Amino acid sequence: MGYLGELFVMAMTAIFIQNFVLSRFLGLCPYLGVSKKLDSAMGMGLAVIFVMTLASAFTFLINKYLLIAFHLEYLQTIAFILTIAALVQFVEMVIQKNAPALYKSLGVYLPLITTNCAVLGVAILNTKSFRTDGVTPYNFLDAVLNGFFSGVGFTFVLLVMAGMRMKLEQVPLPKSMKGMPIGLILAGTMALAFYGFMGFKI
Amino acid sequence: MYLVLLETSLASTLTLPIVIVGGLGAIFGLVLAFASKVFHVEVDPRVTQITEALPGANCGACGMPGCAGYADAIVHNGELINKCAPGGSDAVFAIAKIMGVEASTSVRKVAVIHCSSGGYNNTKWRYSYEGVSSCKAAVNIAGGPNKCNFGCMAQNDCMNACMFGAISLDENGIRRIDYDKCTGCGACAVACPRQLIMLIPIDRCVYIKCSSKDKGNIAKAVCGNNQPCIGCGICSRNCPVNAITITDNLARIDYDVCINCGICATKCPTKAIEDLLAGKRKKAEINPDKCVGCHICAKNCPVDAIAGELKEKHVVDKDKCVGCEICFQKCPKKAIEMK
Repeated sequence: MGYLGELFVMAMTAIFIQNFVLSRFLGLCPYLGVSKKLDSAMGMGLAVIFVMTLASAFTFLINKYLLIAFHLEYLQTIAFILTIAALVQFVEMVIQKNAPALYKSLGVYLPLITTNCAVLGVAILNTKSFRTDGVTPYNFLDAVLNGFFSGVGFTFVLLVMAGMRMKLEQVPLPKSMKGMPIGLILAGTMALAFYGFMGFKI
Repeated sequence: MYLVLLETSLASTLTLPIVIVGGLGAIFGLVLAFASKVFHVEVDPRVTQITEALPGANCGACGMPGCAGYADAIVHNGELINKCAPGGSDAVFAIAKIMGVEASTSVRKVAVIHCSSGGYNNTKWRYSYEGVSSCKAAVNIAGGPNKCNFGCMAQNDCMNACMFGAISLDENGIRRIDYDKCTGCGACAVACPRQLIMLIPIDRCVYIKCSSKDKGNIAKAVCGNNQPCIGCGICSRNCPVNAITITDNLARIDYDVCINCGICATKCPTKAIEDLLAGKRKKAEINPDKCVGCHICAKNCPVDAIAGELKEKHVVDKDKCVGCEICFQKCPKKAIEMK
């Protein structure tokens, strides 16, 4: 299988088969919190793609050249959290100063996902994942792309959820089901639907 | 050799992780401290204040991305201030105070209900509604349970939307608004599927208690309270400033023009106009010692209740005075008192 095929498998896995929200159940907080309006869901999704890609790149380097090099893999979680939080804070400051337009559409979402489990999840999974042959660990490019595709997967389900919740606003629901309860049921139903992708062999 | 050392000596086992994680933390800390100086951006101080007043749970209940996003939307996009469910009324009052610093010159608005039916005894029901207790659900079933196609459906969506407990049921089951508690947030106006609730300036407290666009005879037949607006136009003809227009058999008050005299409420043959100040209005009286005869009051009086020649003492005709307080505000010598 060529590298393009490898990428296709990676993308399909990240977006459908092992979707971060609906299969791994990571990042549920923004998934339920920011899925009330399509435009804020879009902003959140873009921010997640951005942060996941960046975090994948930096944590891969930290992991390879600091942790593995000094046999400190057991410090992975703490080192990754530290790196991601600092990185996102830094990037937020830079774009607030240098790209106000970008900050307007992306910036408010950034502090929300600095320590989000989905971002930490993609960083840790990058260090534990293998290509389709089952033996080659991810290299730098693989890790970055996996981060990107995972973000796309997150954005995809967030947008689908937001679209459905906007429709639900129009529906006369019993008072006790309004808002979060029906949102959770919706999320569960979507997870069931995505369960159908499990065991897909590409 | 190196590995063996790591495993045997406690000191060297501890040193490396401490140096690496501590070093990472120190470097990131320094970079961030440096960046916060270099990339410092001035933000509206109100945004920071509101962010602090909010609970900081970043729950997204407001539909905005986190508390900071909501604070930003309040300041820059004019978002409603009552969307924070976890913060409750404490947060709303705190935000109102922060935002109010600038908005203190504008007049406080309160909600009024443009319908007088919806109670236990003063509504003619089309059928007995026993579905989900929500006006939005009731309105979809055969035009709503109220015989009047424009009337209140009595499922209390407005009451449930009010975060301040300002709407309550009186002994007859009619929704009443407590104007001391009402903050004019407009949540009830949004919640009402028939748009019966409107925000009006609190110093213009005369409003039409009906939203019916039916012709007079139909409106009279279906209104359980027998106080519909029948579109007769008597209020419009009696308004000293022509603030009332009749469209679709329904009177509407233009609050930019209204002087709050309450005459319309006294003239309405069906008593469909509510005057919250009825009987409480004071009449103007000119203090002859202070009056310099500038004639400004007489020129501004909408009902010609002030008589007097230029440079002579002016007198108010108490029968004509409607208590609008315009002369009281206009008098340059503060010679007019409201008694």
